Amino acid sequence: MTTLTINGKTIEAPGGTILEVSQANGIRIPTLCNHPALAPKGACRLCLVEVKGSRVLQPACTFPISEGMEVQTESPKVRAARKFVLELLLSDHPKDCMTCEMCGNCELQDLIYEYGVKETPFVGDHHEYPLDDRDPFILRDMEKCIHCRRCIRACDEIQAVNAITMINRGFRSKVATSFDTRLQDSNCVFCGQCISVCPTGALTEKDSHGQGRVWQTTKVTTTCPYCGVGCNFDLNIRDGKVVKVTSNWNNPVNKGALCVKGRFGWQFLHSPDRLTIPLMKSSLWKEHKGTEGAPSRYEGFVEADWETALDAVAKGLLTAKSEDGPDAVGILASAKCTNEENYLIQKLARREIGTNNIDHCARL
Amino acid sequence: MTLKELERIRAKAQKELAVRGVEISPDSELKPPRPGEVRVVLRNCGQIDPERIEDYIAKDGYFALYKVLNMTPEQVIEEAKRSGLRGRGGAGFPPGQKWFFARQAVASRPAPADGTPPAYLICNGDEGDPGAFMDRAVLEGDPNSVLEGMAIAAYAMGATQGYIYVRAEYPVAVEHLQTAIPQARRLGLLGKNIFGKGFDFDVDIRIGAGAFVCGEETALIDSIEGRRGEPRPRPPFPAVSGLWGKPTSVNNVETLANIPQIFLNGADWFAGMGTEKSKGTKTFAIAGKVKNAGLIEVPMGITMREIIYDIGEGILNKKKFKAAQTGGPLGGCLPAKYLDTPIDFESLAAAGSLMGSGGLIVLDENDCMVDVARFFMDFTQDESCGKCPPCCLGTKRLLEILTRMTQAEGTAEDLQTIEYLTENISTTSLCALGQGSVNPVVTTMRHFRDEYESHVYKKFCPSGVCKGMFHYEILADVCNGCGVCRKKCPDKVIKGDKKVVHEIDLPNCIVCGDCYKACKFDAIAIRPGPTPKSRLPERR
Repeated sequence: MTTLTINGKTIEAPGGTILEVSQANGIRIPTLCNHPALAPKGACRLCLVEVKGSRVLQPACTFPISEGMEVQTESPKVRAARKFVLELLLSDHPKDCMTCEMCGNCELQDLIYEYGVKETPFVGDHHEYPLDDRDPFILRDMEKCIHCRRCIRACDEIQAVNAITMINRGFRSKVATSFDTRLQDSNCVFCGQCISVCPTGALTEKDSHGQGRVWQTTKVTTTCPYCGVGCNFDLNIRDGKVVKVTSNWNNPVNKGALCVKGRFGWQFLHSPDRLTIPLMKSSLWKEHKGTEGAPSRYEGFVEADWETALDAVAKGLLTAKSEDGPDAVGILASAKCTNEENYLIQKLARREIGTNNIDHCARL
Repeated sequence: MTLKELERIRAKAQKELAVRGVEISPDSELKPPRPGEVRVVLRNCGQIDPERIEDYIAKDGYFALYKVLNMTPEQVIEEAKRSGLRGRGGAGFPPGQKWFFARQAVASRPAPADGTPPAYLICNGDEGDPGAFMDRAVLEGDPNSVLEGMAIAAYAMGATQGYIYVRAEYPVAVEHLQTAIPQARRLGLLGKNIFGKGFDFDVDIRIGAGAFVCGEETALIDSIEGRRGEPRPRPPFPAVSGLWGKPTSVNNVETLANIPQIFLNGADWFAGMGTEKSKGTKTFAIAGKVKNAGLIEVPMGITMREIIYDIGEGILNKKKFKAAQTGGPLGGCLPAKYLDTPIDFESLAAAGSLMGSGGLIVLDENDCMVDVARFFMDFTQDESCGKCPPCCLGTKRLLEILTRMTQAEGTAEDLQTIEYLTENISTTSLCALGQGSVNPVVTTMRHFRDEYESHVYKKFCPSGVCKGMFHYEILADVCNGCGVCRKKCPDKVIKGDKKVVHEIDLPNCIVCGDCYKACKFDAIAIRPGPTPKSRLPERR
């Protein structure tokens, strides 16, 4: 165990960085470039703390603790330094929180509020990039980028795609693909991990724009229906409608990571074309029930109930088996089902029907 | 390779070298040693053919390596420490100490099972300071001394693989290294089981892509790993976790070129030169308004006056010395009162500057200190990696203020903002580039505040640099009507007959300064205020 003092309080910790130890002991240190899912970078200079004996302020997110260390996380010097950094960031940030998608959910906004940076003392150039809406799903407003590199690290560390990095140097440096192309011309897979970690409104979900901010929506955690992995995410719901999908970092299956379908393919939920009740061929329905049935939007089909529909399927399978033998039946399972569901369906094919004609689409 | 073989090659090569001689190319930037110089690092430059390893061996090359391989690594580290050698890259950290830490780190972890080297030694040849070219001179003129130094350092710290990181802007240095490395391998001076002592060491070249920040050791490591060069926060220090997470020592070219000499001649010989805490010699690249500019090597502790007035032969055009920028763009501007301060790591740091890599830019009375500060800020802003806001945005804001000042748009508030910025950038930036970027501004503000105030309050650039903030006037009582200025004037706006006082047609003067530079009688003076109805295009 290492003993150190943080803000005069003696703390024992097994190891780790100043930030980790502080957080574990209920001491909050502001951060911007740090993200629990990413390796610490020490870039944003917001978590600067005073370490006794050190000439300059040190970033808590990367600085390991050591025996007898004395740390000040809220001294006037530290607060002044953080305010300075925020003033600099604000001097190159559009002040359009009124229309910003991330208002209320923006880590920069929260810190500027906390440190009371009403005005920046620095006047000068600020970046003027046009809104980059050339790509599907991801809207890039690089004027709002604070160069924390979370998106770059997410692309590298979580997705291992490395589609984006920093280009240029100095004030001209910018997060971009190589040669600053569209994302779709890079090796971007549109997983949207970059959006999920962006602390500001620089990277946002294109289809969710204007649909509702964080306080107008409620989050409902659910499992992704697209494949059998079982990723979890949060549906952001406003007035009974899904408007956005966001990462659920606490989920043990995918730990916040998603693919393009899970994150951006939610519009089908409210599609009028979506089937919400089983349909049966009109003739089949008549055969089973002897009535005409409720007409559906699709010609030749009537709206059925699950009991009747499943009865019809069971009957059909049994007939096929008895008339032409079990191998007259073949079953294709789906990758959208879970492993358990796929196990059960092969059991149905092999044991109940008695055929080895069981296959799997192995794709969506 | 055995000692006998090496001695045989030396004897043969010495004879050959005596007969053949070495032709120094006439366009070589390295002049023969001037009085007052002591050449240790540059000893072989221009004396041998850098593309022949035998020439280097003729100058006792690789004998130090043989000597070292008969010592224990601990003894080597001890000897390096005893010599008092400090890193020549800028920070002045003793290389012996670096190797010691790296060796400790190697010992503390299990040997890599995958056959990768247990540790790395990197030679930092990413010499980026404008006007400094000592590393290039060594790499071009004596690449083997660096290779030998690397092998010794690697033995001391426990590395088996070395990298030389050279800027792409140094094609000749790269070429000479590409020749030297296979030659050394062929003679068994690099590779497996060197001198039969069971020590393996090989070297590869990595070429930089022109980023100043890659001279910072952690950014350099990033670059070798194939990523964009951006400094990493420390700890962990490279000695503990550097290249690919292995213990790594990054040493400067000049540091490594010193090493073989220290082991050939002994630590005491090296410690006999220099000052108490800064031993040995240091190369300086003198540039700017000095008569005899170029690369020199002098013992530590020499004064700036000796360098500028004795070796550099004084200021150009009989002008007055104003200041010297030492340590490159991250160093400081030292005024005349520091001329007699002995140059070593401590005294330069105490004066608010840096030793840096040894750049020395001499400024005379016609250099505007605000403009000089703006120039260096322009450089650091351009070269900032953009990782941390204090450096990326802070230097931009500083540059904007300084640019405004040199355009007669500075305000009193700006002076306060400069102080606020410099103070905070230096304590909040991630790496030495950000922290040091404010040094030129801080030192010029400290020593030449009057010039800043003149720019802000009087809108007058007393040095006659910032266009639109002064005009020229021919002094009637000094002008003898020689007519030189009239002939020099590109716009023919100077009027006057021979031997009659001349006059400038101010509204049409473009303030190019040709007349001012041409006048041998100091009859043209710099006066406050822009030229009336200035023809200069409106700024912004």
